[in-house]
Amino acid sequence: MKKASKETIAGLAFASPWIIGFCVFLAYPLLQALYLSLTDYNTLNAPVWVGFDNYIDLFKDELFHKSLVNTFSFAAFSLPLSMVFGISLALLLNNQVKGLSLYRAIFYVPSLVPMISLAMLWLWLFNGDYGIINIALKGIGISNPPLWLSDPNWSKPALVVMSLWGVGNAMVIYLAGLQNVPVSLYESAELDGAGPFRKVWSVTLPLLSPVIQFNLIMGIIGSLQVFALPYVMFPGGAPDRATYFFAMYLWDSAFVNQRMGYASAMGWVMFLMIFALTMVSIKLSDKGVHYS
Amino acid sequence: MNRITWAVATLLAVVFFLSIGHTEQVAKPEPAPEGRIRITYWEKWTNFEEQAMRDVVNKFNESQDKYFVDMLSVSGITNKVLLSTSGGIPPDVAGLFGAQVAQYGALGLARPLDDLIERDGIRAEDYIPAYWEMGRYEDRHIAFPSTPATTALHYNAADWRAGGFDPDNPPKTLEEFDKIAFALNKKTADGKLEKAGFLPNEPGWWNFGFGALFGAKYWDGGDKLLLNSPEMIEAYEWVQKYHREIGPGAVSNFKGGLGTFDSPQNGFMSGTVSSVLQGVWMANFIQMHNPDLDWRAAPFPHPASKPEMEGFTFVDMDILIIPRGAKNVEGAWDFIKYVQSQEGMELLCTGQAKHTPLVKVSDEFWANHKNPQIKLFHAQAFNEAAFAPVKLSMWPEIQGEMNAVYEAISGPELVNVTERLNKAQERLQPLLEKELRIRRAREAMAKENGA
Repeated sequence: MKKASKETIAGLAFASPWIIGFCVFLAYPLLQALYLSLTDYNTLNAPVWVGFDNYIDLFKDELFHKSLVNTFSFAAFSLPLSMVFGISLALLLNNQVKGLSLYRAIFYVPSLVPMISLAMLWLWLFNGDYGIINIALKGIGISNPPLWLSDPNWSKPALVVMSLWGVGNAMVIYLAGLQNVPVSLYESAELDGAGPFRKVWSVTLPLLSPVIQFNLIMGIIGSLQVFALPYVMFPGGAPDRATYFFAMYLWDSAFVNQRMGYASAMGWVMFLMIFALTMVSIKLSDKGVHYS
Repeated sequence: MNRITWAVATLLAVVFFLSIGHTEQVAKPEPAPEGRIRITYWEKWTNFEEQAMRDVVNKFNESQDKYFVDMLSVSGITNKVLLSTSGGIPPDVAGLFGAQVAQYGALGLARPLDDLIERDGIRAEDYIPAYWEMGRYEDRHIAFPSTPATTALHYNAADWRAGGFDPDNPPKTLEEFDKIAFALNKKTADGKLEKAGFLPNEPGWWNFGFGALFGAKYWDGGDKLLLNSPEMIEAYEWVQKYHREIGPGAVSNFKGGLGTFDSPQNGFMSGTVSSVLQGVWMANFIQMHNPDLDWRAAPFPHPASKPEMEGFTFVDMDILIIPRGAKNVEGAWDFIKYVQSQEGMELLCTGQAKHTPLVKVSDEFWANHKNPQIKLFHAQAFNEAAFAPVKLSMWPEIQGEMNAVYEAISGPELVNVTERLNKAQERLQPLLEKELRIRRAREAMAKENGA
């Protein structure tokens, strides 16, 4: 046997656990879901072919539209805010100050709090009468602070605020990226008379751009799949479905209403949307991404 | 590539495949005593409710030497039973939810029990009719009760007395009750609710069902949903009256300050809410968390204009089914029959502090029960105004939509009741039509295949 083909076989053998795992746990379910999305299926009975009915129904479904609007409006605010907060925190914690490790830990630890505990904590923080947030707002002169949990206009902003709680994860990745920015570039910029803001704008951000792009893509995927926190905090998407997100509707369709075919169609729509948005964000950000 | 590399690669591959092949050994079930057939039984309960059923299981295991019931407490039970049934390895008995009997029936999850019922002479007249009916889907009997439940108005007698109302003479009509409830509300100077006389959404488990209190039906039994009927509108206008009176924001903030149901901070048990709609189980929790509470229970008041709704109650039950494809049907059936016996049922319902679904009740059951008003809850189940879950497989979806209606009409904007109910009707009616269309297509397919 030729050396090249021997190496190919060996390479495939080593990669086989992943290849098998990919085929069995990802490719097959994905294709099966595509088939099921064209059927009426309820787990126990054989699928009945309905063609594109599920997709047509989806586009007529008012609740589907609402869940899409909720999901995108959440992502539109939560994603940029998370990125701005993550980068800002990373820049602050990249300075050589006393107790730096402690500060980094303080900002990272909240992202380790289990989701259910987090939900209970925020339910208290957002309580209209006794929550610390509204007490603080009253303290600064806002006599009629928002009803975060029961007003459909304020429950999504509440979730956006909550999503910043987990910003520590992204911050750690930004911090790692900042370690790779050569000090010599800052020195050159200083020689050219650059101030702190100019250095961030012209040196840090361009060299951090691959990390920003990575976090952007992960953020798009994560925010469009938002599920656990609203599912626990706002059962059924309360109040009046203002926090009913795409992933929650998908879950309910599959496991509460037992409409697996419909849920599969929703899964595919979600997959295509995330795929398209990821491609667009890669294309748009490619020009601005600099690899050192 | 040298031999060592090949050897390592081969070893890794062998370990990988062996690990896949042996995963089933991780959770090895408890073996049945020698000579007995093991009956697997999955149940949703935990804590004292699980223990009550375990006592029944132990009694059954002691009562004969043919079968050994192995009970397992399972979380997320509906989906696990569905998936295991779909995979051909269901438990022999499953403890599920009575409100979803229609869904289980439409899916074909449960084995019809009519042949066994007829063979062994199980009689409908031994059961309170509401519970017997709840076990049926279309023309088949697919489920039997494990524990039943009814609801009633629970009220704090001390609060009522302090407010000048006689706790021994509870109101019969909603109009009388509203006066008491509103009079017992206490607010601070800045509008915060400190104490509530009654809140329709505390604990919030029946937000979908207030239409039934006004005699509204949710489905005509054919191809039409009735979510915006005049009775339904009247019911949710009554609900909205409470939120308007107290202030929608005040209710929500007040509720946010209450503890969870099973805690001493529960609104009723802590004395912060004077009256609640609650179930037969409540007495047990009061005894656990605030045994000194001076409370009473009475049938929930009905609208004065609808005397036929007197004694209104929500009836519900937990159920036992034999999933389709279960391996030990005879053993499973023997166990279900034992639970249905007066001895088994009273042991279970005493342990869970509920009433029995059977018509015949022993003196010991009444005497030993933790709920001093257990006879009221048992009698409630016979009432013709009792409301049972609608026999439609999309009932969970209807409940979800009606809960959303409640939130909208009680929210800060106090959305117009008629408009919101019209919206609910418009959204769900096409779903019903689709469901019926698909059901007919499936029936036609089954006919073609000669099933």
